[in-house]
Amino acid sequence: MEYLPNILFAIILVFGIGYFVKNISNLRRNIKLGHDVDVSDNKPQRWKNMAMIALGQSKMVKRPIAGFLHIIVYVGFVIINFEVLEIIIDGLIGTHRIFSSLGSFYGFLIASFEILAVLVFVAVIIFWIRRNVIKLKRFWNQEMTSWPKNDANYILYFEMALMTLFLVMNATDIPFQEMNSGNIISQFIAPLFEGLSESTVHLIERSAWWLHIVGILIFLNYLYFSKHLHILLAFPNTYYGSVKPKGQLDNLEAVTKEVKMMMDPSIDPFAAPEPGTENNVPAKFGASDVQDLNWVQLLNAYTCTECGRCTSECPANQTGKQLSPRKIMMDTRDRLEEVGKNIDANKGEFKDDGKQLLDYYITREELWACTSCNACVEACPVSIDPLSIIIDMRRYLVMEQSAAPTELNNMMTNIENNGAPWPYNQMDRLNWKDE
Amino acid sequence: MSETLKVPTMAEYMAQGKQPEVLFWVGCAGSFDDRAKKITKAFVKLLNRANVEFAVLGTEESCTGDPAKRSGNEFLFQMQAVTNIEVLNAYEVKKIVTACPHCFNTLKNEYPSLGGDYKVMHHTQFLKTLLDEGRLTIEGGKFKGKRITFHDPCYLGRANNVYEAPRDLIRKLDAELVEMKSCKSRGLCCGAGGAQMFKEPEKGDKDVNVERTEQALETKPDIIAAGCPFCNTMMTDGIKSKDKEGDVAIMDIAELIANAQDL
Repeated sequence: MEYLPNILFAIILVFGIGYFVKNISNLRRNIKLGHDVDVSDNKPQRWKNMAMIALGQSKMVKRPIAGFLHIIVYVGFVIINFEVLEIIIDGLIGTHRIFSSLGSFYGFLIASFEILAVLVFVAVIIFWIRRNVIKLKRFWNQEMTSWPKNDANYILYFEMALMTLFLVMNATDIPFQEMNSGNIISQFIAPLFEGLSESTVHLIERSAWWLHIVGILIFLNYLYFSKHLHILLAFPNTYYGSVKPKGQLDNLEAVTKEVKMMMDPSIDPFAAPEPGTENNVPAKFGASDVQDLNWVQLLNAYTCTECGRCTSECPANQTGKQLSPRKIMMDTRDRLEEVGKNIDANKGEFKDDGKQLLDYYITREELWACTSCNACVEACPVSIDPLSIIIDMRRYLVMEQSAAPTELNNMMTNIENNGAPWPYNQMDRLNWKDE
Repeated sequence: MSETLKVPTMAEYMAQGKQPEVLFWVGCAGSFDDRAKKITKAFVKLLNRANVEFAVLGTEESCTGDPAKRSGNEFLFQMQAVTNIEVLNAYEVKKIVTACPHCFNTLKNEYPSLGGDYKVMHHTQFLKTLLDEGRLTIEGGKFKGKRITFHDPCYLGRANNVYEAPRDLIRKLDAELVEMKSCKSRGLCCGAGGAQMFKEPEKGDKDVNVERTEQALETKPDIIAAGCPFCNTMMTDGIKSKDKEGDVAIMDIAELIANAQDL
């Protein structure tokens, strides 16, 4: 029976990691519903972006307070993972603090974790206050009700609990306290348990230890259902983010082909299609649903942590329009999840559910309010591009539905007829010279 | 002073068997909009003053397709692009300068993959080069002590990371360059981009250009400098809505420099 805890630990670990892996494969499947896009260009720049923006948090610190606090939590989480490794080894083979044989270096490590744990705890409290007491505007936009609002707070409570458990675990670890190396913070918590019997203290230590690791596994599995996925996806997302000037929109290749055909007098427009291509469905222009987007845009949607920096910089949103770039990303993810569940329920095949991203999630009013100014793209700390989705959906509206606002149709008719957005004759283009 | 403007066309250069140093892409606003035409002329005066051998396409120029593309009409955009590229390539154009950041962005970034590869400069970059090379000099006296704030056009700034050329030019005027609270990469849009220029805004509490004008007025400027004909229109409308048109002027950088020279 003495191996019972180890077996139990192994089972919990396998289930915890297994369920996470299953969900990640689901996530990959969903992202791959998007069509392919070439991201093989400019690899050095892509690695640099990942190193600077994700690893180096270069965009986070553009807002110094949030940026500084975030770095604490980020560094804390990355570094404390060393402790998790120890817990896993101890749990599996029944040792206690296996790395303590490292001697004074171990003390140094644990001391730095304890300091970080306190800093993370404080940072998370400040985050909670900013969100719930100061009520920063970007956390209270209309898309931030119900689940998105609760999700954000659950994450903060989780982090508070994990940090507390870590410190209590150390404080109640009698051999560790007796070692008196690395207990830089926990030595001040230990006196709280002084009146208790040794066995009770040991019981508290064991409980904190178990709750800590089980909590971490629950948190790991919570990621998939939460906006918190960014802690993993920020890295691929900054790598695959655009390396072109922000002003550059892609030129649709399907359109290029058609335009070239129209301009080439030697092509017979009435020619029979090439053998074997008679039944090819012509490509759909633009996007009305998530499957029409590319996989980087879908990865963007899963990476969004709903911080709202994009929305707070958006000129349309600042002046009270419906458009919120964050909502564009949240809607894309929600619809993608819905499509994913549909596929799961229908044995791997998507069954038309009469819904789509356009109108059912994102309204035309939102799409037409965008000035394409790139403020949202610039603001995003993890290289998400809401503008590309807006443009793709406008493309669908204009090229598949002819559903542009009337004034824009007039503008486009003018360009077609006289080469300018206004009804002036192209032959008058140089008149200014003599006016 | 229109008789003093020398505005040769590419066709004229071609007829003489010569190639100009640079093509000036005037753009639709610069050709047709009454306010923007003044910017075009100011820029031409500077080109003339610096003895730059430039040419325009004149009646052979057509919309780059930017507003169509940003509205989602990729067909119309590519039709425009392919037609323009045919003209530009036929004249063997290598270098283009334009006073419109939207034309600048489209020519520079979106034409290459359709077969149009040119060195494209915004007029503020080009003017800065002329000054650096000593082909043009600025006497700053006229604007000495004036407070000038620069409104970053999205398609010059964020879209293409050009923030310093226009500012360097303002500094050369001996003027006091004052920055708005959101400037450079965080500059607020004037509200005209993405084809908004051609339609009424969606329902909201406020117009974007008014919001931006308020930010500009916070700096207590004598002049709001712009580098885009559309921003110019939007900011001019914003100033009018605040009844400040007597106190604050909206001027393009090219106009500021031409003005400093009494051109």
